[in-house]
Amino acid sequence: MLEVSKINSFYGKAHVLRDLSISVPKGQVVALLGRNGAGKSTTLKSVMQIVQTMSGEITFAGTKISGLMPHKIAKLGLGYVPEDRRIFTDLTVLENLIVGMQPPREGAATWTQDMLFDLFPNLAERRNNRGKALSGGEQQMLTIARTLMGNPSFVLFDEPSEGVAPVIVEQMAQVITQLKSEGLTILLSEQNLHFAKVVADRAVIIESGEQKFDGTLAELEAHPEVRDAYLAA
Amino acid sequence: MEFFVAQILTGLANASSLFLVACGLSLIFGVTRIVNFAHGSLYMIGAYVGYSLIQVLPGVVGFWGAILLAGIVVGIIGVLIEMLVLRPVYKAPELFQLVATFGVILVIQDLALIIWGPEDLLGPRSPGLRGVVRIMGEPIPKYDLALLVITPFVALSLWYLMTKTRLGVLVRAATQDREMVGALGVNQAWLFTGVFGLGAALAGLGGALQLPKGGADLLMDFNILTPVFVVVVIGGMGSLPGAYLAAIIISVLNVFGVTYVPQSTLVLMFIVMIVVLMVRPYGLFGREEVAGEHGQVGEPERPIKPASNKARMIVGAGLFLLALLPIFGSSFSLVLATDVLIFCLFAASLHFLLGTGGLVSFGHAAYYGGGAYVAALLVTHANTPMELAFLLAPLGAGLAALAIGWVCLRLTGVYFAMLTLAFAQLIWSLVFQWGDVTGGDDGLLNIWPAEWLKSTSTYFYFTLILAVSGIILLRHIAHSPFGYALRAARDSKRQAEAMGIDTARVQLFAFGFAGLMGGLAGALFVFAKGSVFPNELEIARSFDALIVVFLGGVKTLAGGVVGAGFFKGIEETLLRFEYWRLLMGLLIIFVVIAAPNGVVGSLRKGLERSGLIKAGDQ
Amino acid sequence: MTVVLETQNLTKRFEAIVAVDDVSLQLHKGELLALIGPNGAGKSTCFNMLMGQLKPTSGSVLLEGQNITGLKPREVWRQGVGRTFQITATYTSMTVIENVQMALLSHHRQVFSILPYATRKYRTEALNLLEMVNMADQADRHCATLAYGDLKRMELAIALAHDPKVLLMDEPTAGMAPKERVALMQLTADIVRDRGVSVLFTEHDMDVVFAHSHRIIVLNRGELITEGTAEEIRNNPTVQEVYLGGGTVFGSEEGAEHA
Repeated sequence: MLEVSKINSFYGKAHVLRDLSISVPKGQVVALLGRNGAGKSTTLKSVMQIVQTMSGEITFAGTKISGLMPHKIAKLGLGYVPEDRRIFTDLTVLENLIVGMQPPREGAATWTQDMLFDLFPNLAERRNNRGKALSGGEQQMLTIARTLMGNPSFVLFDEPSEGVAPVIVEQMAQVITQLKSEGLTILLSEQNLHFAKVVADRAVIIESGEQKFDGTLAELEAHPEVRDAYLAA
Repeated sequence: MEFFVAQILTGLANASSLFLVACGLSLIFGVTRIVNFAHGSLYMIGAYVGYSLIQVLPGVVGFWGAILLAGIVVGIIGVLIEMLVLRPVYKAPELFQLVATFGVILVIQDLALIIWGPEDLLGPRSPGLRGVVRIMGEPIPKYDLALLVITPFVALSLWYLMTKTRLGVLVRAATQDREMVGALGVNQAWLFTGVFGLGAALAGLGGALQLPKGGADLLMDFNILTPVFVVVVIGGMGSLPGAYLAAIIISVLNVFGVTYVPQSTLVLMFIVMIVVLMVRPYGLFGREEVAGEHGQVGEPERPIKPASNKARMIVGAGLFLLALLPIFGSSFSLVLATDVLIFCLFAASLHFLLGTGGLVSFGHAAYYGGGAYVAALLVTHANTPMELAFLLAPLGAGLAALAIGWVCLRLTGVYFAMLTLAFAQLIWSLVFQWGDVTGGDDGLLNIWPAEWLKSTSTYFYFTLILAVSGIILLRHIAHSPFGYALRAARDSKRQAEAMGIDTARVQLFAFGFAGLMGGLAGALFVFAKGSVFPNELEIARSFDALIVVFLGGVKTLAGGVVGAGFFKGIEETLLRFEYWRLLMGLLIIFVVIAAPNGVVGSLRKGLERSGLIKAGDQ
Repeated sequence: MTVVLETQNLTKRFEAIVAVDDVSLQLHKGELLALIGPNGAGKSTCFNMLMGQLKPTSGSVLLEGQNITGLKPREVWRQGVGRTFQITATYTSMTVIENVQMALLSHHRQVFSILPYATRKYRTEALNLLEMVNMADQADRHCATLAYGDLKRMELAIALAHDPKVLLMDEPTAGMAPKERVALMQLTADIVRDRGVSVLFTEHDMDVVFAHSHRIIVLNRGELITEGTAEEIRNNPTVQEVYLGGGTVFGSEEGAEHA
């Protein structure tokens, strides 16, 4: 469904991604693993074209998206959940959801505010609170809910388990598993291998912007030396 | 008591246009991060368009229809400006867009002159609302009462739009994080255009609404700009309730000021602003501006190097040729060259602050005009000899800069820029309103140089030596440890403080020094012209320098001087044409779009790309 | 052993929250001391108080017995405390050597001098410092074009410019490749040995901490819960529970990797 082929991205003058290729088949959850600074976030941002790719090509559901504006890519059904949450802190929970609202899409679940409040009961209670009044975990949920309001068929999650309490991490894992069962395709970046094991079908490991491993989690399990070389201790 | 109430009602009525223009400006800044200097021009067009429409459309319906239509027309003009001028420069370095909006000001000034002529237009009365109503015995114009109703109505509509509609939610979201809004599928480009159009429409509406009270003239654009900036800054950039409250405060204060302290109405406004910012640095309802928060950090500047011997020889040869000018040039060319040299020094002093210091001052004319006035006042009131005046003028300007810098440097970014503008305007209004000492609008005359400098060519040499020495000194200091410390404070205040550098003091000294050199340029100016008027202290003068520094290139050491020489030269040439502003404005817009790194920066990039010079060379 | 830097009952409250609670710690001469703990344990707050970025609510910071509590960062630096930042802070418009020269200019109190060319001052000293971190060959590169690991080494050279008694390093190896981490910490250890500097650092990579620190202090919820050698800390049941984890649930794994 998503084909990233041989992309190169730069941050200022730093060459962050080098000939990186990743493919995510429909209905799968692929975890992008690697250390801090390996290029995981940049990969997701490159898919959204928030970071522009200098060469290579990205296609989504058969459409070439490299070179498009981020809003066009979002309109094609690609949702993005950023790493640092980036909710609109001056807006209420409801208003945050309104920003994410997009018309229903063929081949993807259609979400309503009520459905999302069922999925994230904490948010329902706080629907009229401003974003800045939410706890870290609630903000993380709001980020996901906001993206789902766009009825995406594919979601990019940037480190969903980063910086939130263990109980929330477990909840995240449940949510991602549920979304997958409803047919959503997912590419997530992660440092927490255990989290990845629970939710992902396949793992791609990158280091210094290059692909070092691509296989199922069972295969990764069978090669502890790969894990030791490229993942956090 | 009766009088008091009447005063407040008048103030509230006056707040109407101010609020409309200010909230348009605030909206535009909130979403696009552009300080739209052309906002006063949009207000002016609103008045002119409204005036023409009222001539055509009859009766009460015609009158109000014309005002509404004027808003719509200006809104459309705003959309066109955004699409044609601003869209191409959103990716340019921060604040570069300012220069583009200044180009727009010039273009609109001349277009208005061409279409509506130079005469002030008397505002048409509102049909059905002529005359006054007595409230508690005091006469209140009926039109004022209408404005009293209209403004809250517009404010409420805007409030509804911003809080209750999806569009408003999107605008507020974009104010906070426009990249994220884009990633959620919202087309930012149209959101920007829409907001700019709405902001422009509000300014146009403001202009048309004040017709019965003030009419239309060609000075409206700059005249409204100052109070509008004050309102927006006091209220907090990007805040509508803030703009509303501040517009009322300023207008009511103004009405009382006219009654009780008529000599200092203008000064009053700035004092309020300064006091508010000292207590609440980001305005009544504003948020702190974090540098780079909105992803606008440009490419880092290149390292600098002292000029190579080759470069020194080229510059030396150029100066030698310039020194020969009195031999083969006409006296007109001597006067022109003197003006250009003075302007180059002025621009170089601002460039030092802006480029090396990263401190964007919108009010540098305060020190240039200040230096000129110190010299002129000394000569007029104390019979000071020219030589001494030349010493004291830069000192006076430098001291003023130290005092003003001490206050302004508590703020950063746009708020710092606005506060420097406010202080410059404060000095302007002091000079303008304190006529007994400064001559007010009539200026100070007969400030001629000493006998030995009387001839045009000696004064030219005198200017050449002082201006070139000043520019070389500024440049040398950029390469000295102090200049490096100044750049260190600009690049990373955190690291600089952590390595023992007192960044506040470094920046303050830089501010004072730039003021001193600006003052020297001012002193050179006043003795070259023999007179000085308040317009040397105006916003327009500050912008002249800002524009050439930006167009020359902020991130290149030579940018200020080259920009000044180039554009002053062009301007003096264009001045012969009747519509020189139009040409100059178009030229500025063209350069902004074609050379987003400034003339020097873009030239260097071009040469590097073609392989003519090595990457990284100065 | 001589105590170089110590805190006495250091406490910081933010309204109702106690970020750092009555922490007393000592840094000995020539020591590499690691400060670890979960997210929000108070490591950064503690660091910021040592550097003068934050004023403690109560308690004091002593440098060689002298009270430096409440001094500004630049005054703390003058007393002989250097630091490196978690997110690199460099002068992006300057070359590598100019970054170091700037620190030397400040050390020699030349910041307000306007006569000489800055680039000609203390060039040899700056080159020596860069030599020490193996960056001399890149001295004249524009620092905005450096690789991340090189930037970190340049920061180390800057921090050593005033020959500090104490060096505070905030997550020195964050965002580096495994090989670079080992190299940077080895370099730091060499400097500690050769120059007698004492280093206090925070870190979340336990490989780095266990391999390079002489002693480890553990913070949890603002309190100092224990201190000891790598071996002692690794086997301490309390530390395992709040921080290192046993690898059975997400929570502990999570904590171990993201602190």
